[in-house]
Amino acid sequence: MVFGRSKRSGKAAPAEPVTLKILVAGGFGVGKTTLVGAVSEIKPLRTEETLSEAGRPVDNTEGVEAKSTTTVAMDFGRITINEQLVLYLFGTPGQDRFWFLWDELAQGALGAVVLADTRRLEDSFAAVDYFERRGIPFTVAVNCFDGAERYPLETVREALDLDGEVPVMLCDARRRESSRDVLVSVVEHAMHASAQAAAAAASREPATT
Amino acid sequence: MKDRWFDDAAGPVVRPYAMTRGRTRSSAEEAPLDLIALVIADVDGEEDVQDDHSLAPEHVDIVTYCRRSSLSVAELAAELDLPVGVVRVLIGDLVKAELVHVTRPVPPAELPDESILREVINGLRAL
Repeated sequence: MVFGRSKRSGKAAPAEPVTLKILVAGGFGVGKTTLVGAVSEIKPLRTEETLSEAGRPVDNTEGVEAKSTTTVAMDFGRITINEQLVLYLFGTPGQDRFWFLWDELAQGALGAVVLADTRRLEDSFAAVDYFERRGIPFTVAVNCFDGAERYPLETVREALDLDGEVPVMLCDARRRESSRDVLVSVVEHAMHASAQAAAAAASREPATT
Repeated sequence: MKDRWFDDAAGPVVRPYAMTRGRTRSSAEEAPLDLIALVIADVDGEEDVQDDHSLAPEHVDIVTYCRRSSLSVAELAAELDLPVGVVRVLIGDLVKAELVHVTRPVPPAELPDESILREVINGLRAL
């Protein structure tokens, strides 16, 4: 119970930090948490979120109420850009069939990384599809596993049926610089996409301002 | 506690929502708190929360963490090892009690302005 506290006087609050998030998606075991860990200033933390959504056909739930609830674990890390700017990275270990429940996490995301493994490219389809449909800018990063065959990036782009604007790059999720470059690409792509959206909006409504 | 039957593997002894007295939503917040909303301890609320009997131990933990440095909702949930939903309700109580306040992240469907994005890119490159 937290009643009966006296009103505190207002004060000049210092400027509050802006927080941003980037999602790291991809198939099971593709290296999401590794990528988060490579660039995060903290050891990746895990938290759990209970998601519920009415009436989505998840499993065969005949005889069970239509509302489905699932617990999704998230690994996340933090990069403090400066005192006023903190970037959080969220990765999803496993549970990829629950991607469609992730609207809440995706809300307000600056952009996303789709990590791909060329040996099981089909595991990335769900994530690509998800971000495309929601208009969230993303970069596809092919994690170069030891022993996996290297394919030209254009082949990957074709296999994933990506728009020409979507950046596709190789990375080694274990390496800090490599993972950092992937994040830079996401932010650059987001910046580009928002500039384009602004230009499109301006051309649609001429002379309103 | 490790040598007794209720070890970590047995799951929590207190069900998470007992801490929120069965509430799954905070009454203080119209929209659920974003995972990256920062919880900031109110500076002039330096009184000892340990002795505040209106607060649950988990409330006190949150205030104590946030007084050290502002933490996001996600970080608090991980630190306290509680589901995000529970932590949201507890933070809502503390907001009401004016012990903490919460930052609003950039609203959905609205990207931060270009200067912020440039700052992020430069910050990442400097890593």
